[in-house]
Amino acid sequence: MTTVFVTVGTTRFDELIESVTSSEVTQILKARGYGRLVLQVGRGTLVPDADSCADLSVEAFRFKDSIAEDMRRADLVISHAGAGSCLEALSAGKPLLVVVNDKLMDNHQLEMARQLHMDHHLLYCTCSTLTETLKNMDLSVLQPFPPGQPKNFANFLDKALGVK
Amino acid sequence: MTLLLGFVFALFLTVLLFLLRLYLVVISGSNQPPGARGHVAVLVVAGSGGHTTEIMRLMESLSAAYTPRHYVIADTDRMSEEKIVTFESSKPQSHSDLQFTISRIPRSREVHQSWSSSVVSTLTALRYSLPLVFRLRPDMVLCNGPGTCVPLCVAGLLLGILGMKKVQIVYVESICRVQTLSLTGRILYPVSDYFFVQWSSLRDKYPKAVFLGRIV
Repeated sequence: MTTVFVTVGTTRFDELIESVTSSEVTQILKARGYGRLVLQVGRGTLVPDADSCADLSVEAFRFKDSIAEDMRRADLVISHAGAGSCLEALSAGKPLLVVVNDKLMDNHQLEMARQLHMDHHLLYCTCSTLTETLKNMDLSVLQPFPPGQPKNFANFLDKALGVK
Repeated sequence: MTLLLGFVFALFLTVLLFLLRLYLVVISGSNQPPGARGHVAVLVVAGSGGHTTEIMRLMESLSAAYTPRHYVIADTDRMSEEKIVTFESSKPQSHSDLQFTISRIPRSREVHQSWSSSVVSTLTALRYSLPLVFRLRPDMVLCNGPGTCVPLCVAGLLLGILGMKKVQIVYVESICRVQTLSLTGRILYPVSDYFFVQWSSLRDKYPKAVFLGRIV
């Protein structure tokens, strides 16, 4: 079943969980062919139960040791703008929609989402524009995200510190 | 009166000497590069959430020469320890003795914490960082942005200032910093030995930074 995986990382983002489980949004997701909604709610206060949506089957949890499997099974990832969550989704090669939490003060996470959006690696929106974005999104414009090269860091450091 | 003047003068001289030593420590490299001894002891600052993920990706790339690895996490962090243990368990056991340690210090600053209380909590963290760093004597401190790294880097610098050991300060700004540096980055940029940024816009703004593209 085509799955949407929603993740908020180690944060709390009740507004996103609420928006994504609203009938407005679930109807759009169903119309787009998604059948299953998996929610990783982190420290949020909202933990929707399995029968909370008429349109989709819902599964919710707070944390797992690893969400790699949930990422792997997802056909669409909706994530908060955390670097770890975004990188994990992009490394898994999944279409990614980042929802920026505009209630966070000094929201520096926007910088990366904005840059990756400019580079066509993800789509982004806020909770208030989530419905609109999901209705009109075109995932085919997204470009694959090449992995970072930590080996360049290691080689530089080896040379700088005189490691053989 | 002369006693007071003498005291003030002595204080002034001490501060001046301290600043001079700090400057010398920062601009000088090692007399002997740490790697020449065959291994590099690393103090790794693991912040929360994404910070830990990024630093573990960097740790994965480092060779076996970087040992022992001393991880330091904030006392309120629950998830980083698991990630560290998982990573370390996946490494081949080449020696029978411990290759890594995990220590905890009070968190310097919570997200959204006010300025005034941040100063207090950072000083508290410093009180724990100093004995820890003085005991571990790493060759290098590796950090990537959480406030936890400031007192640890300060302790590392102090080790150098007191002439005990030159500690390389290696800072990797988070990949989520594209246009602006984090507060920790702005604090540590002038005193880091190697300061990495991952986007070219930052390299343009911070000429002393090392830019190798995305490294996580």
